Amino acid sequence: MAVAIAPPEEPGWFHLVGIHLRKDLRIEWRSREAIHSMIFFALLVVVLFSMAFDPTAAASREIAGGVLCVATLFASVSALNQAWSREIRHDVLDALRMTPADRSAIFVAKVLANFLFVTVVQALLAPVFFIFYNLRPLGNGWLLLAIVPLGTWALVANGTFFAALSIRSRNRELLLPLILFPIFLPALLAMVLAVKTILTGDGSDPHLLWLKMLAGYDIIFMTVSLLLFDTVLHAE
Amino acid sequence: MKKLWIALGMLAVAALMLWGFNQAIYVAPTEATMGDVQRIFYYHVPNAMLSFLFFAISFVASILFLAWRNTAPARAQAADAWALASAEVGVVFCSVVLITGPLWARPVWGIWWTWDARLTTTLLLWLIYVSYLLLRRFVEGAQMQTLAAVVSVFGALDVPIVYMANRWWRTQHPAPVFGGGPDSGIKDPTMLAAFGWNLLAWAVWGLMLLAFRVHVERRNQQIQHKASQAALAGR
Repeated sequence: MAVAIAPPEEPGWFHLVGIHLRKDLRIEWRSREAIHSMIFFALLVVVLFSMAFDPTAAASREIAGGVLCVATLFASVSALNQAWSREIRHDVLDALRMTPADRSAIFVAKVLANFLFVTVVQALLAPVFFIFYNLRPLGNGWLLLAIVPLGTWALVANGTFFAALSIRSRNRELLLPLILFPIFLPALLAMVLAVKTILTGDGSDPHLLWLKMLAGYDIIFMTVSLLLFDTVLHAE
Repeated sequence: MKKLWIALGMLAVAALMLWGFNQAIYVAPTEATMGDVQRIFYYHVPNAMLSFLFFAISFVASILFLAWRNTAPARAQAADAWALASAEVGVVFCSVVLITGPLWARPVWGIWWTWDARLTTTLLLWLIYVSYLLLRRFVEGAQMQTLAAVVSVFGALDVPIVYMANRWWRTQHPAPVFGGGPDSGIKDPTMLAAFGWNLLAWAVWGLMLLAFRVHVERRNQQIQHKASQAALAGR
């Protein structure tokens, strides 16, 4: 007598994101490779800039936004490179490509995981940063809690996308920054100027134009990444 | 016979460029405030306009490649050749713009460079397309074309954002020394003629380069196709 075997139930999209996210967080929790290397690297960049320029309090307000963004940018590249190369070991990436599940869930989970890592690094680094550069925001400091995550999201979403793209190349560690930096430039510009406006409190941006531009950049590039991720994952 | 026509065409383009040179350097009158430095304008602006044209061709060809990739592989290959060739020619033209710009700006504005909307956008375009060309070298195999097309789409999205960003930026801060720019309209008919001839000459020259480059790339693709067919046949 034939027994009707019910096909295994397909998990929903959010459930899938949750599964991938938990997997990524667990791997990171066990090795802590990405976070450790990022923290130390970002710390080095902050110290190097502080030494090289030895800024006064007024000057440091002008440049601190830029240093913060560039330190995050350089540090996150190392983590982003590892994000997909982890999946290459034991051919996990090929296995993921064969699953019938929605590819966008994999991408969104990776972006979320990397976003969490970079945010943890920024949170740990922030006190050091404020000490070395003798900072005291003259503008509305709470806005930093909106600007920095938006800028980080722009960096991490594009970075995860281009890391998946450059994983096919011979020297992928080198290729990622070469593609990511030019494309990330508008977001960097907006982030640096938004942070500078708050630190110096010069009131040059009363309508929060830079914050809006960052949000717009995030929406546009996240949409395009989601649309094209499948193409990149199956590019052969 | 075909070779003769090509050679004649090349001679015609060279003659046109010499004519444009003559117009720009000897025929057009010296500009009142800037002097002879202003003549660089006859090279700078046509090159800028044409580099935008070539990047636009590259962007459209990349989109067509992505659209035809699975349904019409032969047409997609042609689109990819166009995308690559126009990106290369565009980078050459854009380099000319970025070199002639500061040469003009130093005596006229007093500075080599400023982060103004047009300058920033042009530099960003140059950076993006150089990274596009690097990607094409770094990645191997058929997937390279797809990945390059994706980068091209991202790059094209960046340009309007940067352009708008710098417009906002400049409305907040006083504009840098920007007065007396040649883009406030050309009054003198001989100046306009010199500009027109140079635009035409550089456009024909660029399109000729593009045609040659597309042809070479198509040949390359045919050779690779034949090689892979031979490998599959086990010969």
